[in-house]
Amino acid sequence: MADLKCTDLCMTFANQQTGAKVEALKDINFTLKKGELLSVLGPSGCGKTTLLNMVAGFITPTSGQIAVGDRVIDGPGADRGMVFQQGALFEWLTVAKNVDFGLRMQGVSEAESRDQVEKWLATVGLQGFADTPTYQLSGGMQQRVALARCLVNDPDVILMDEPLGALDALTREKMQSLVLELWKKTGKTIIIITHSVEEALLLGERLFVMAPRPGRIHKEYQLPFAEWGLKRSLRDIKLEPEFSTVREEILTMIWNMEEEIMGGA
Amino acid sequence: MLDWLSDNRALVAAVIILCLVGSFFASIFYGLKQTRLREKDQVFGDPERTVGGWFWAVCGVSTLLLVWFYFSWGSARAFFPQAANELCQVAKLHEAVSPVTSSLAIESRYSKSKTLLVRNSRQLDELQARLPANVFSPADAARVTQVMQNTQQLISMMATPDFVDQKTIADIQAIKAGYAAITNELANPKPGWTASADALAQPSWGITEPEIPLLPISAKGAMYNALASDAAALSKDYLKIRNLAPAAKALIAETKTMITALKKSPSMDDGDAQIVKERADYMKAVDRIFKRIDDGKIFPAVVMAEMQVAVQTMLDQAERAKGSLGFVEMLFFPAGDIVKSRTQCTEQGPGRWLPKPTDVVAKFFALANPDVENGGGYKGTTLLWWKWLPISDVVSFLIPDATIDLLPGDYGRLNDAGRFEPNYKDWMLALAQGDVYLGAVPMLDGHIWDSLFRVLVAMFFGILLGVPLGIYMGVSRFCKSFFDPMIELYRPVPPLAWAPLILTIFGIQDDGKIFLLFMVAFAIMVISARTGASGAQLSKIRASHSLGASDRQILRYVILPNALPEIMTGIRISIGVCWGTLVAAEMLAGTTGVGFIENVARTVSDYELIWVTILIMGSLGLVFDLMMRWVIGRLIPWRGKG
Repeated sequence: MADLKCTDLCMTFANQQTGAKVEALKDINFTLKKGELLSVLGPSGCGKTTLLNMVAGFITPTSGQIAVGDRVIDGPGADRGMVFQQGALFEWLTVAKNVDFGLRMQGVSEAESRDQVEKWLATVGLQGFADTPTYQLSGGMQQRVALARCLVNDPDVILMDEPLGALDALTREKMQSLVLELWKKTGKTIIIITHSVEEALLLGERLFVMAPRPGRIHKEYQLPFAEWGLKRSLRDIKLEPEFSTVREEILTMIWNMEEEIMGGA
Repeated sequence: MLDWLSDNRALVAAVIILCLVGSFFASIFYGLKQTRLREKDQVFGDPERTVGGWFWAVCGVSTLLLVWFYFSWGSARAFFPQAANELCQVAKLHEAVSPVTSSLAIESRYSKSKTLLVRNSRQLDELQARLPANVFSPADAARVTQVMQNTQQLISMMATPDFVDQKTIADIQAIKAGYAAITNELANPKPGWTASADALAQPSWGITEPEIPLLPISAKGAMYNALASDAAALSKDYLKIRNLAPAAKALIAETKTMITALKKSPSMDDGDAQIVKERADYMKAVDRIFKRIDDGKIFPAVVMAEMQVAVQTMLDQAERAKGSLGFVEMLFFPAGDIVKSRTQCTEQGPGRWLPKPTDVVAKFFALANPDVENGGGYKGTTLLWWKWLPISDVVSFLIPDATIDLLPGDYGRLNDAGRFEPNYKDWMLALAQGDVYLGAVPMLDGHIWDSLFRVLVAMFFGILLGVPLGIYMGVSRFCKSFFDPMIELYRPVPPLAWAPLILTIFGIQDDGKIFLLFMVAFAIMVISARTGASGAQLSKIRASHSLGASDRQILRYVILPNALPEIMTGIRISIGVCWGTLVAAEMLAGTTGVGFIENVARTVSDYELIWVTILIMGSLGLVFDLMMRWVIGRLIPWRGKG
C-alpha cells in the first residue's frame, strides 16, 4: 500500500450538441496518505463523482495524473475497490458468489477463497447468509455484501460513491458505524462521496468541500469526529457543540454556493 | 372401444356437453365465491391480483368448448339427431319450388318478367340509336327498324293482360291449384306418413359422407319429402308455360321472316369487307334480342301476382308446419342452413366450416393410428410414432461418396476369368452408399416429429449463432454498426417471401425449411441478446472492472447472465414465430409435417383435417410456452427483482 497522489488534475467535458466546453474539474492537487479517511462534499455538479471515477480509472483525466505510490493510474484495477450507491450486486449469484467474485476472476481456488469469504461476511455482519440469493436481501444488507465483495480483494484504496444514500436513517447510522469500524480494522485508505453534511463530518478524517464551475476543492478540513466515532456513539457526537459549529459553517458555505449558481443562471 | 365411440359420437357429445355446462356453472359459482373472499386482498392494478384462478381457466375452456359445440351444430346433433334429416326434407321442398320462386319476386326484388322487359327494351333503344348510316341501303334500314319495332311491340303485347292467351291462363290456374293443395296438406296433414325401411337403414347424421341422410326417417320428414316431389312436378309444368297469344305468334313469324331475309339481302355482297362485317354484327345484335323475347317468358304483372301469392302462401305454410322443428332450427342451427342440392343435403354455414368437436377428435385418432397400411396416419406417414432406422442410412448420409475416392488404391476390376472381384475400396464405397446392412436403431417418425425436428434444429442453430452475435453487437461499436443493417434489412421481410429463393438454393428437403426457420429464429435471438447485453447496468460493469475481471470474464460472468432474461424471452418468442413460419414452409414443398397435412386438407376443403392441424399446432405451441415459462422460472428467479 502506498499514498494516493493527484497532480494538476483537470477534466473538461465537451457538450455533444453545442460543442461548449464544461470544466468539470480544474487543478486538483492533493495527497492522501495511506490509511486516511477522506470525505468529499459539495453541491450537485461540482465534480465529486467525476473525481472518484477518475481515481477508479473509469475515465481518463484531460490533463494531470493520479498515482498510487509510484504507479500512475491508467484504468480500473483490483487495487482500487469501488462501492456504489445501489450495491451493483450480481443478482444471479448468491451472497458468497458475489463476495468471492474478485477472487474467482483472479483464479483463486474455491477452497482458498471460502475462508476469506466467511471471514469478511462475518466482519460485515452477514454470517449465515452465504447461500442466500442477493435479490432477497434488504438494501442495507446488499450494501454490506458490496462492502465485503470490495474488501475481500484487499484493495489499497476503497472508493465509495454515496454508498449510504439510498438507505433509511436508522440503517444508515448503523452502516456509518460499520464503515468506521472497517476503516479502523483494515487501515485502508478510503474516499467517501456524500450529499449529507453530517455523514461527511462523521466519516471524514479529512473533508474536502468542493465548489462548482469549475469543479475545485473549495476548502479542506481536518476533523476529529471519525476518531471519536470509533469509541463513542455517533448520536452523541452529533450533539457536541463543536460538531454543530462545523456543520453550520459548511451548510452556510454550500448554501451560498447553490445561491450563486441559481443567481447566475 | 374407439369404433364404438366413433359410431356413438352423438351420444358421447351429449354427455360431454352436459359435463361442460356443469363445469361452466360450477366454476363460475366457485370463482365468484373466491372473488368475494379475496376482494380486499390487493388494490386494483397490483399484479398479485392475477395470481392463481384455475377455476376461471376451467370456466374459459368450458365456454370455448360450449361455443364450439354450439356453433358447429354439435349440440344439435347430440340432442336432436333427427332434426337435420327433417330439415333436409324441408330443404327438398325449397329446392323443388326454386325454379318458380326465382322467376317471381319472392327471393329477388323484382320478378324475372320485369327484369327481362326493362333490360331488352333498353338494349333495343340503344341499338336503334346507333343504327349505322351508310351500311344498310335505305330499304334495308327501314326493314331493320321495322324488326326492332316489332320486337318492342312483342314485349308490350306479352306484358299486357288483354293479350294473354286463355290456355296460358288455364295452365297458371292449374299450377296455382296444385300449390293450394300442397298448402292444404301442410296445414292439415293426413295421418299415415311413415319412414321407409331403406330410410331407417341409413347411417345416422355425421357418420358417413355425405353427412346428412337423404331419405326421410320421420313422419314429418316423409310428408315434406312427398310434397317436395309434388312441388317439383308443378315446377316442371310451370317452366313449360309460354305467354304466346295468336297475335304474338303471328308477329313472331313475320319478324322471323324479315330477319332471315335481311341476313340474306343481296346488298350484303358489297366488295367492302368492313361494311359486310358491320352489317353482320348489327344484325346479330338485333337477332339476339329478338330470340330472347320470342320464347314468351314475359308475363303481365297481374297474372303473376296471383301465382306469387299462391307460392308465398305455400312457403309460409311450410314454415309454420315445421312446428317444434322450427324452434330447434332457430336455437340449435345458428348462422346457417341445411341445403339440398342435386343429390345430397349439406350443412351450410358454420356446420360446414366448423367441424363438430367429436368429429375432430375422431379424425385425430384416425390420424394417430400408427397402422399406416390399414388407413392410419396420413399419406403414408404416421402422426406421432417411431420406426426402425437402418444405421446404413445414417452412414450414407454422413459420409459423402466422394471421400471414398480419396482412399489410396484403385477400385476393383474384372479378373481374367470374366468375374468382378471387389477389393476393400469397393466395400468402402458400398458402405458409404448405404448398401451394407449394419442393423437398425429405433427412430422417432411421423408428421409431428418431423415438424418438431425442423423447429428444434432451427432454434438450436438460431440460439447457437444468434446469441453470441447479439451479445457482441451489444458491447462492440464495430459489431453493432457492421451487422445492424444486414439483420435489420432481412428481418422485416416475411419468411414466405424468402421461401422461393431458399427452395431453389437448398431444394425441397428438410434443410431448406430448416434454413428458413433458422433465419427467423436467428434474427429474433440476435435482437433479444443484443438488447439484454446493452441493457447491463453501468455500475455492475464498473464494479466488475474494479474487482479485477478481464474483458472476457466480464462478458462471460456479467453480461451474459445479465442478458439471460431477454435471451429467454427471445427464445419464447422465436419458438412461437417458428411454428407460424413452419406451416408456410411446409406448405411450399415436401411430403411430411403438420403444415403439409394442412396444405393438402386445404386443397380438398377437408375442414375437419384443417382443424385437427390447427389444434395440433396450437397445443404444441402451448406446451412449448408452458415449458419455457417453467424453465424461465427456474433459471432466472431474480427476474424483475434486480
